[in-house]
This record gives sequence, C-alpha cells and structure tokens, in this order.
Amino acid sequence: MTKIEKRADQKFFYKYTSQFGLIIMVSAVLLFFIITSPNVFLSGSIYLSFLSTVPTIGLMALGLTFILGMGEIDLSFPSVMALSAFLFASVYKSTGNFLFAFLSCIGAGILVGMINGLIVTKIGVPSIVVTLGMQFLIRGFSNLISDGTAIVVPLRGTISQQIFAGKLLGIPVQSLWFLGMSILFYFLLFRHKFGEHVLFAGDNQESAKMMGVNVDFVKIAAFSLMGAMAAFAGMFDLYRMRTWWPTMGEGYLMMIMAAVFVGGTSMFGGEATIFGTFVGSFMIGALEAGIVAAGLKGFWTRFIIGLLIICAVIVHTLIRKRKK
Amino acid sequence: MVNIIEMKNIHKSFGGVKAIRGIDFTVGPNEVVGVLGDNGAGKSTLIKIISGVHSFDEGEMYIKGKKINPRKHCVKTAHKMGIETVYQEKALAEKQTLWRNIFLGRQMTNKLGFIKVKKEIDETQKIMRELMKFRGIGANAESYIRTLSGGEKQGVAISRAMYFDSDLVILDEPTMALSLQEVKKVLNFILAVKERGKSCVYISHNIANVYPVSDRFVVIDRGIIVGSYNRKDISLEELNEELIQYTKTKTQQ
Repeated sequence: MTKIEKRADQKFFYKYTSQFGLIIMVSAVLLFFIITSPNVFLSGSIYLSFLSTVPTIGLMALGLTFILGMGEIDLSFPSVMALSAFLFASVYKSTGNFLFAFLSCIGAGILVGMINGLIVTKIGVPSIVVTLGMQFLIRGFSNLISDGTAIVVPLRGTISQQIFAGKLLGIPVQSLWFLGMSILFYFLLFRHKFGEHVLFAGDNQESAKMMGVNVDFVKIAAFSLMGAMAAFAGMFDLYRMRTWWPTMGEGYLMMIMAAVFVGGTSMFGGEATIFGTFVGSFMIGALEAGIVAAGLKGFWTRFIIGLLIICAVIVHTLIRKRKK
Repeated sequence: MVNIIEMKNIHKSFGGVKAIRGIDFTVGPNEVVGVLGDNGAGKSTLIKIISGVHSFDEGEMYIKGKKINPRKHCVKTAHKMGIETVYQEKALAEKQTLWRNIFLGRQMTNKLGFIKVKKEIDETQKIMRELMKFRGIGANAESYIRTLSGGEKQGVAISRAMYFDSDLVILDEPTMALSLQEVKKVLNFILAVKERGKSCVYISHNIANVYPVSDRFVVIDRGIIVGSYNRKDISLEELNEELIQYTKTKTQQ
C-alpha cells in the first residue's frame, strides 16, 4: 500500500478499529456468561450489582489512563485509597462534618500524588520505583495511624450517602458518577490544554519542552490527579460498605492496570483512550463476579482474566502496528 | 533596522566544561546566517542560549535591541519575542496529529483552557495550503505525524514557525538524514522565510546545503568563532577549503 492510499484509508472503521474490537470482546464475554448461566445473566440484578462495584475500579482507571498516557506508571494508588478513606472515616466519625472529611480525604490523595510527581520530575527517579516505595510507605503509614483496626462509620441515612451510594431511579449513583467522570476526563484529555500536554509529555518530552510546555508541572499535576481519583474511589467504597478496613484497596492494583490495558491504552505513552478504559473497567469488574455466578470455580477467575488480558493486548498491538 | 540578535562575549559552561568561550554573534534583519562547525563545537549550545533553553554565564545578549536577563530568558519569552527554533528529530511528536503539533504550547482555548478544536483544525488547513504547500500527498490536518516523510516533518515545523510570525527561525541540522529531494524542500522553506522578510540561523555541517541559502557564514570551533564570511566574498570551494584548514589544525594539536 502506498502512503497516499494508506492515508485515504483512515476512514471511520479504520479509525475506530480498536473500539470495535473492544465491543466485540465485551459481547463475546457477555455471550459466554449468558450461555453458561442464563438465569443469572438474563436477569437485571447482576448488572445492577456491577453498577455499584465497577465504578471504584473505573475511577482509579481513569486517573491511571492519564499517567500511562504520559509514559509513567503509578503503583501507589491502592494504598492512597486506603489512607484517604481512613482520613475520611476518622474525620467524619469525630466531627460528623462531611466537608472536613471530604477535604482531608481528597487533600491527602493530592498530597501523596504531588510527592510522587516531585520525586519523579525534580529528582529524576523512575516513577515505577518511586511509587513502588510509596505503595509500601503509605500502606504502612495508614496501618500505623489506624493501629490496624477497622472503623465503622455512621454513614447510613445521611444525605451524603444518598449522593455517593444511593440509587437514582433504581440505578446505583456510583455508576452515574463514573459516567460523568469519564465524560469529564474525555474532555480533559482530548479537548483541554492539560490533556494535550499530558499526551505530548508521554510522546516526545523534548519537543514538548521546546514548545514551552512545562513538562514537570504537567507530570506533578497528573500524579496529583491520580491521587485525587484514588481518594475519591476510596470514599465511594467507604460509603458502599460503611466500614473502613486496613486492607482496603489491596488487590485493586493489577485489576485496574488490566482494565486500562484491556481498554487499549499503550504503556509507552503518547496514546490513551478514555472510552477503552471505561469499557475495560466494566469488563474486568464484571468478570470476577460473572465467573463465580456462572458456576465456575473461583480458580477460573484468574485464568480467564489472564487469558482475556493477553488476547486484548495482542489485538491492540496488532491494530497499532497496522496503523503505522 | 536593529539587529535581531546581538551577543557580546558570551560564555557558558556545563559543570567544568566550557562549551562557549566568549562568542560575539549577530543576526541582522532579513538575514540568513549559516553556522558551521564540527560536532561538539558549541553550535547547539549557542542556539539553545538564543532560544531560551539554556541561560548564559557571562556576557551580554540583545534581542531586537532589548537587553536579555539570562535568569528570566526562557522558551516562552523567546517565543514572545519572535524567536522560533526547529530542532532536528525532536521538532514534532509522532503519535499526535498535525494540528495538535502546530498549536502545542500556543493553543487557541476558551477561558477554561478547553481547546477550540475546529478553529485549530481550520487554521492548520490554511497553514497547509498557504505555507506548507502540501499538495497531493494525502495528508490533512488530522494526519498523524508518523505518517509524514522526514522533509514533510521539517516543513511542518518550519511552517509552524512562519505561522507564528517569528522574526527569527533557528534551524538545527534540519536536513540530517533526509533524501536529496527532501533536502530541497527544506531549503525552499528557508528561502520562503527570507522572502517574508524574516531572518534565519541555519546550523549544519553540510556546507553544500548551507551555502546556497545563506547570506553569511560563521564557523565555530571549540566554543569560539574562528571565521566569518559573506557569501558574496567566498565561493563554495573556498569555504570548503577554509573549513578543512580548521579541522586540520585541530587534529594537529
């Protein structure tokens, strides 16, 4: 194919191959579940349960999409989620004031993200190493200050619970928050200066600097955003369960990375997809529950998630290669 | 008319290494200056000082007659003063579209910082028609940079500089790793800059490329200017001979 033909070929289907591939994959997974356990997957209740659990994964996956688009990685967010939720729980329990609790929760998330970003940009430690350390440090810190004990938070019946864990026309509100945030993040990434700078920083840091982009600032801001999203997700989980556990967030790291990769965001930076992350979150979040509901043994969960991730990233990589 | 760039006795060290050791360098209005020299001679450091990537330790620099404070000079202020640099290879981000590359760092946004996408795409199409003169290559404003050839990429970068109406376009080895035909495209862009009444600094170690488009040549060696010639006083062969002399004395030392 000549270059001219290749360019003319960038038509609708060609441009959205990844998205179509993703939708086919989701349909295949759904079909598999419907066939194996029709009584569960043809009734609405399982989908309603997905709508209240998937947003926790999804909110953090949105933040991680920015980090990966920037060519960096964050491993610390599950611990940040725990720390922020702890602050929310203890501040709310002692003051009963939502605003104080909310601010300390989100503030802690932003602060940890900012520290990650500062170490990455100003000292030059690779993000995988910084955030690996931070993951342990924050987990340890939240265990220390909480003394390792769970906190039951009196959230039941509050107005804020209606807003963060209630139902609107029978739909769990978490899912509406996730949908709204996804739309916001889409515009932030593809229609806002900040998102454009994130993608350029991940693509060609030098050229971004040469054009006057403050790459350090962009990175610190993106890490802070990741921290804020982890805090936000922690708060949602807290409202859903009304109890803070010291182990909160454990097990989320790989699931969320899987959601972002299955969605089609590359780990080399410069490219990212919010739509992919949105669908990927539902796919990964639904699988675990779905496999159990389908009557398969729990052992199958990991196996099938693994299979799906590998298939998905092979497809995405092949599509990307063809586009070049 | 006042000179675009006037540098007096500029020094710059990195750690203990003196990259620039007392350079006087001027670029006049509507002048194309070719900067020649070996690898590591200090060419890139010199232009990075002008474009605000590096500061300088000693000396004085004036841009359009205005004295520059080395502590405050940066890429953004250089852009504002009409100085644009096109770096070899690093000029554009490959995985992004043409229009995003054109407006990076100078986006057309609303008050909240959201990009006016349609306006930027329309402007890019105008730039492609009027400045890049890309015809029949099938690229449009939404093409990804990775689908362009090397010469086209340089064309995009130089057109970007022309679009933002810069008074001085600095080109750092723009023809490296390009085919002959692609080189010709880049040289045409330099001539277009001159035609629009603007100035250009062209860095290269390929004399044959620099010669036909430059008004003046400056030779840099180990951080100092060792020779300066007007094109009308020297032929390509003589200039080549001079350069060989410099490299000879260098190897003898």
